[in-house]
Amino acid sequence: MGMTISQKILAKKSHRGGVKPGEIVMADVDLAFANDITAPIAIDFVKRLGVDVFDKNKIALIPDHFTPNKDINSANQCKIMRDFVKERGLPNYWESGEVGIEHALLPEQGFVKPGMLIVGADSHTCTHGALGAFATGMGSTDVGFAFATGKSWFRVPESMKFVYKGNRNKWVVGKDLILYTIGKIGVAGALYKSMEFTGDAIRELPMEDRLTMCNMAIEAGAKNGIVEPDDVTIEYLKERGIEKDQYEILKSDGDAEYSDVIEIDVSNIEPQVAFPHLPSNVRGVSEIKEDVKIDQAFIGSCTNGRISDLREAAKVLKGNKIAKYVRLIIIPATVEVYRQALKEGLFDIFLDAGAVISTPTCGPCLGGYMGILADGEVCVSTSNRNFVGRMGSKKSFIYLASPAVAAASAVAGKIVHPDEVVK
Amino acid sequence: MIIKGRVWVYPDNVDTDVIIPARYLNTSDPEELAKHCMEDIDESFAKEVKKGDIIVAGHNFGSGSSREHAPIAIKASGVACVIAKSFSRIFYRNAFNIGLPILESDVVDELEKFDEIEVDTEEGRIRVLKNGKVFKSSVIPDFMQNLIESGGLFNYAKKILNV
Ligand code: SF4
Repeated sequence: MGMTISQKILAKKSHRGGVKPGEIVMADVDLAFANDITAPIAIDFVKRLGVDVFDKNKIALIPDHFTPNKDINSANQCKIMRDFVKERGLPNYWESGEVGIEHALLPEQGFVKPGMLIVGADSHTCTHGALGAFATGMGSTDVGFAFATGKSWFRVPESMKFVYKGNRNKWVVGKDLILYTIGKIGVAGALYKSMEFTGDAIRELPMEDRLTMCNMAIEAGAKNGIVEPDDVTIEYLKERGIEKDQYEILKSDGDAEYSDVIEIDVSNIEPQVAFPHLPSNVRGVSEIKEDVKIDQAFIGSCTNGRISDLREAAKVLKGNKIAKYVRLIIIPATVEVYRQALKEGLFDIFLDAGAVISTPTCGPCLGGYMGILADGEVCVSTSNRNFVGRMGSKKSFIYLASPAVAAASAVAGKIVHPDEVVK
Repeated sequence: MIIKGRVWVYPDNVDTDVIIPARYLNTSDPEELAKHCMEDIDESFAKEVKKGDIIVAGHNFGSGSSREHAPIAIKASGVACVIAKSFSRIFYRNAFNIGLPILESDVVDELEKFDEIEVDTEEGRIRVLKNGKVFKSSVIPDFMQNLIESGGLFNYAKKILNV
């Protein structure tokens, strides 16, 4: 019996000829990382052991959630990270002015390659599977263990295969495909499993959209999301100075076993919106008959804060003004994205429309700062979670959508299809 | 271990954002976190929870963020164990790693707030005191059982590293 790409990576990293779903393996990790919320507990684990980290080049510490420091406590959390990095001479650390949201920063800076085994103390670590790596989120103690030993244990997951075919409609991006998929299988639809995204429509999909899709695998309960490497992957890596001899391309065997195979014709998909308070509460935008008035729109996060996302938003915002009393908050996910957007003149479009632009940070995505919602307020967000209280008041409401829908909604003052704004 | 206590009953998909909202994640101090445990789903919880209480819930408990602060807050609140129909996988690992007993069972369907149950964590047996009904929980995988017995991930790391 053949293996899926996820199983192959786990087999290789645990030095076995093969693995089967349900088996537990101890495997070597190629990259382990944590952020300003999760790192302090992982660092404490290493310190209590009294050991060095297993490999300085294979760990990364990324202060992205509450930076630039939002208050004294979070400043202290960052200080724990910074002191540790200085004391141990760790190279992979980024200060404000260089830092970006971890799941946007690491692939962009060339830290993620096909075939790697990656663990991060953040649930959206599954993002990195877009490059053909096995990447999964864990808690701080597990990542502390990986920092110290270079290892982690895994229950080999069953794989689910999602085959996307057909041509995407106008305005339909990776975000819509993944929202649609989660709407279909539910928030626990892939619990403990791998989601493998494949099919002609995936081969056509740019890397940034693939990152968005893998990012939200966790929203269906999955352990990881993954896309087999192809020409798009090779090209993306080449742009970052990584040549083909620096990684290994693994693919799923023809006779690999899948617990489910789900076919999705993308030509039937229109821009999607997830209603409060679950990412699976999805409807096509034309199915929304009532007026959903908004107070805020947020374009950013590890899901949709990349340059292609800002370009989509700019297409909609160009020459438009946002509605009165609506706040539009735009947060480029990394410094590179920020600089690129500035160069391309996107900031002028955003500022002319009445948006506010922030330095890269997670900020409002998790209700940290920079755009907290009041009681009863409604936000359309390009992030990945619309749980109760996620962006502020537990009496607020979050709708998830693509950057184009978020931008169009900011202009209209209510949730609309981008075509209603871009005539 | 035998745990006897009263239950707090919650639905499906209790996520880590409602277990401990991000606005309190600027610290990892267990006592501080416990003060806000379950705040966005049940304001009465942190005020009224007693040592030895048990949380029971539906499917996908602990979904969402990987924050270990969620099981830490529950444990520091004095909760002796969490029983749900299923758990998110990251929460499941985290709870083990910090020594919060968790069991998978459908017992929630039988319970109302503050009913009492008796849990045998080794046997995976849960008895509902008001009617004597018994529920079985799924067994903990051997590997994880060994981890617990060897003193958790920390001692396991010591063993691997010879320190
Ligand atoms: S942007 Fe949001 S989802 Fe992504 S890592 Fe930051 S807080 Fe988490």
